[in-house]
Amino acid sequence: MAAAALTGLTIAEARDGLLAKDFSARELAEAHIGAMEAGRGLNAFLTETPERALAGAQEADRRIAAGEARGLEGVPLGIKDLFCTEGVATTAASRILQGFTPPYESTVTRNLWDAGAVMLGKTNLDEFAMGSSNTTSHFGPVENPWRRKGDNRPLVPGGSSGGSAAAVAAHLCAGATGTDTGGSIRQPAAFCGVVGLKPTYGRCSRYGIVAFASSLDQAGPITKTVRDAAILLRHMAGFDARDSTSVEREVPDFEAALSRPLKGLRVGIPKEYRVDGMDPEIDALWQKGIGWLEEAGLEAVEIGLPHTQYALPVYYILAPAEASSNLARYDGVRYGHRAEGGGDLLEMYEATRGEGFGAEVRRRIMIGTYVLSAGYYDAYYLKAQKVRTLIARDFAAAFEAVDVILTPTAPGAAFAIGEKEDDPISMYLNDVFTVPASLAGLPGISVPAGTDGDGLPLGLQLMAPSFDEETMIAAAAAIEARAGFDGAAAAGGA
Amino acid sequence: MTALIQGATGDWEMVIGLEVHAQVTSAAKLFSGAANAFGGEPNTRVSLVDAAMPGMLPVINGYCIEQAVRTGLALKAKINLTSVFDRKNYFYPDLPQGYQISQFTQPIVGTGEVVLDMEDGTERRVGITRLHLEQDAGKSLHDQAPKLTYVDLNRSGVALMEIVSEPDIRSPEEAAAYLTKLRSILRYLGTCDGNMEEGSMRADVNVSVRRPGGALGTRCEIKNVNSIRFVQQAIVVEAARQVALIEDGGKVVQETRLFDPEAGVTRVMRSKEESHDYRYFPDPDLLPLELDADWVASIKAGLPELPDEKRARFMDGYGLSPYDASVLVAERETAEFFETVAQGRDGKVAANWVMGELFGLLNRQGRAMADSPVGPVELGGLIDLIADGTLSNRLAKEVFEEMAASGKPAAAVVEEKGLRQITDSGAIEAEVDKVIAAGPDQVAQFKAGNEKVLGWFVGRVMQATGGKANPAAVNEILRKKLSE
Amino acid sequence: MSLDKATVARIAALARIRVAEDELDGLARELSNILGWIEQLDAVDTSGVPPMSRAADQKLRWREDVVDDGGIGEKILANAPAAKDGFFTVPKVIE
Ligand SMILES: [Mg+2]
Ligand SMILES: [Zn+2]
Repeated sequence: MAAAALTGLTIAEARDGLLAKDFSARELAEAHIGAMEAGRGLNAFLTETPERALAGAQEADRRIAAGEARGLEGVPLGIKDLFCTEGVATTAASRILQGFTPPYESTVTRNLWDAGAVMLGKTNLDEFAMGSSNTTSHFGPVENPWRRKGDNRPLVPGGSSGGSAAAVAAHLCAGATGTDTGGSIRQPAAFCGVVGLKPTYGRCSRYGIVAFASSLDQAGPITKTVRDAAILLRHMAGFDARDSTSVEREVPDFEAALSRPLKGLRVGIPKEYRVDGMDPEIDALWQKGIGWLEEAGLEAVEIGLPHTQYALPVYYILAPAEASSNLARYDGVRYGHRAEGGGDLLEMYEATRGEGFGAEVRRRIMIGTYVLSAGYYDAYYLKAQKVRTLIARDFAAAFEAVDVILTPTAPGAAFAIGEKEDDPISMYLNDVFTVPASLAGLPGISVPAGTDGDGLPLGLQLMAPSFDEETMIAAAAAIEARAGFDGAAAAGGA
Repeated sequence: MTALIQGATGDWEMVIGLEVHAQVTSAAKLFSGAANAFGGEPNTRVSLVDAAMPGMLPVINGYCIEQAVRTGLALKAKINLTSVFDRKNYFYPDLPQGYQISQFTQPIVGTGEVVLDMEDGTERRVGITRLHLEQDAGKSLHDQAPKLTYVDLNRSGVALMEIVSEPDIRSPEEAAAYLTKLRSILRYLGTCDGNMEEGSMRADVNVSVRRPGGALGTRCEIKNVNSIRFVQQAIVVEAARQVALIEDGGKVVQETRLFDPEAGVTRVMRSKEESHDYRYFPDPDLLPLELDADWVASIKAGLPELPDEKRARFMDGYGLSPYDASVLVAERETAEFFETVAQGRDGKVAANWVMGELFGLLNRQGRAMADSPVGPVELGGLIDLIADGTLSNRLAKEVFEEMAASGKPAAAVVEEKGLRQITDSGAIEAEVDKVIAAGPDQVAQFKAGNEKVLGWFVGRVMQATGGKANPAAVNEILRKKLSE
Repeated sequence: MSLDKATVARIAALARIRVAEDELDGLARELSNILGWIEQLDAVDTSGVPPMSRAADQKLRWREDVVDDGGIGEKILANAPAAKDGFFTVPKVIE
């Protein structure tokens, strides 16, 4: 099979082809290694681990021959460089983790390797996952493999899992892991025309994932199809005693949920998501999405999520507050970068952290420090936690009446690298539709549903009640089937 | 028992509150599976969690929760069925996370009290404000190299119970009594070994002074004092410093100080002094700690008899004085030793022997109760020989020393050394007759009404019998013969 | 809420992040903008509403009191920028 044909396969196709011995895991790995090298211009990978991929492929071929194939046997994956990987540099795209090689493996990646997946490399991201454009990486921005029609300016892939989304869209890997704190899986998936799924908080272990905002961080898959997202999630998820917020629940066969009947279910359309100045193309796509779900047998119901408009400011208090504390451990004492130049301990701390963190991370640490500081805690932090309760209650009430909620994933398509850089708030607005589910801990998925006038992909987001990823996946598959979105354009067209 | 300080401008009263950090006697740390043990090669009792490696998460040790609840119940305190772990944020090289996981607004244990038994037999009550669980920090060594501080994380993450008292203490003696009592309770429970030398129990001392009964003054916190004696000394010098300062027209500034036992002064701490702003917030890596009321009740039912209850029982059952009872219950081993001795015997006699001869012996030999050369059963045997008249008190002390030296039981020592007292009245009468015959002057004095001279006769008889004559019999026979 | 330079400098010190003097003004403006935007929350009535600090709705699990970790001194120190005799080392702290 030709290399391009192999890299074009979905995870499901690759799995089936391997089992049918249409090609070997080694061929599959080599094709992807070639694509990864050829795609270096995108800056999607920070570290390439071809030798690991090949070693993994060898073991996969042995197991397939022996009839001992596991669920993801031989599937080559990109791993967001926020997951600690034993013996492989882990940077969080920050200078402050320079030289850090974890002597341990994150639970999610451990689960993936235990299922037979192989690692192609570590993907680029916004520094410490703080960003919506992947431009805050210490190692430079990632380029979106898509281009506007007739315009060759490089576009952002979205963030923070921009490297993973770009790598999947450009067929550099069969699938990738991402993490989502306020939209960091779903928004880049939408920008890159791929599927991104953030599961319910507690579904995937956070053990070994560099923390950004602990009460929000969740790992999830970024894939070419909804089916692939279901397959990958099944092997990422699971109870882990090493994470106190991990939930003791059986992991369902998400792939089986794809064929669930949808007839008679209700989809909620939140009126508050029709924000001011919304791109008419996005609104139009949203209407199409409603139509597709109706076609699939769902009844569309208008719902109210009255506090949703406050989700972003709540998020921009809570996430930086948690981050300011989570990132205190990067002090140049035990690992990572330490500033040169003598001086006393205080100077060492301030120089190390001053030069080790980039501008956006510094900004968020300072906001977080401020909102937690004496005299401001109640006005900012406590207030935000209370509004978070109201947002979660809105969803709980809505899900009394509906089974899933449909919204756009992002208020616009991918923008050019360098745009929106001067105004942090306009950048934050990228997450306006994704942040509410993060605050409520709910699962969300972005499905590529069409393109805008410039030919850029747009995504629709589905949200579901806690731990009902299955219904959400079934509805997402219904949209996918009807949207007829062709993602292959990115792989060839980059 | 308020100890006032006589200042130049009048009397001052000390107001003292104590924050005790008691290390939980768990096998593993509070949030990781690394060993909780004293000493060891640096950084070997450290997990990835304790070193705050990226992505590492805390998982709480259930045993530590149970010990905090047991301690709270023993302090007659309210157990909070919901409590919350917070992060206390500050930077220090031996604080790997950049924050300490502690409990701030919602501790696991609320208000309780400790009863102090003072030496004069009075009782004092010291309120407990709270008890919370938190992580210990690592250790910074500043004297290993000229330009470097060395950091060892072995202690990082060890479970501590911080026990905070109300400012109810009014003298260094009360502070000492409080710490002694608290340590006694912790040791009875086995929740902390109370070893201040190894740092498993440390005290922060809050001291202020005021006019007797007046408004509270500004307090200073003396950090990490590591012996009861030093706590007393630190209070004395700190209170004196504050009085002198105020009387000189100065003002006490709220600050953190360190006690220097060699110089006998407290000094202001420099390192952490700039703007305390710990930015406490609930740790999002942990969920609220919820306890089941039935579980707490079962823990309560399983508590051992505690010093206060034991003391009451000793006073009631053995007729001991309040002070003797509190001395005997201070350590569980002592109380158990005493009870074995007192079993079926006169409690007061048993108490006198334990607190007198036995404590004296242990003190001289620098031994703990557990390796006393005379066991409780043996001491009981000795007391039995006094009770049945075989031994006088004086002989018994001699036998006791021999028991301690040889490890032999009392009866054997009596046989071997022929220390049995002479109770045979014929033998005593013979000696008495000799002494009377030899002292006509003394006989005359006695007959003239000088009772004191009886002692001279007794002494002579005892001397003649090598101390073995039963003193009561000697007295009785002497009186009879002298009155003839 | 508008932050002045002094406040920004104080926050930076609290966060142990060196900020050059000439960056303070710009940062003060940026942070003030963000805080101003955040203050739309003042409009929400939250009286009687409990705070939500965690998305997971479950009881805290307890681990057993067993020693199953530690003894990995090399791993603990492997990434240290500076270490000596089994200790991490930092510029001397004066107490
Ligand atoms: Mg204290
Ligand atoms: Zn403490």
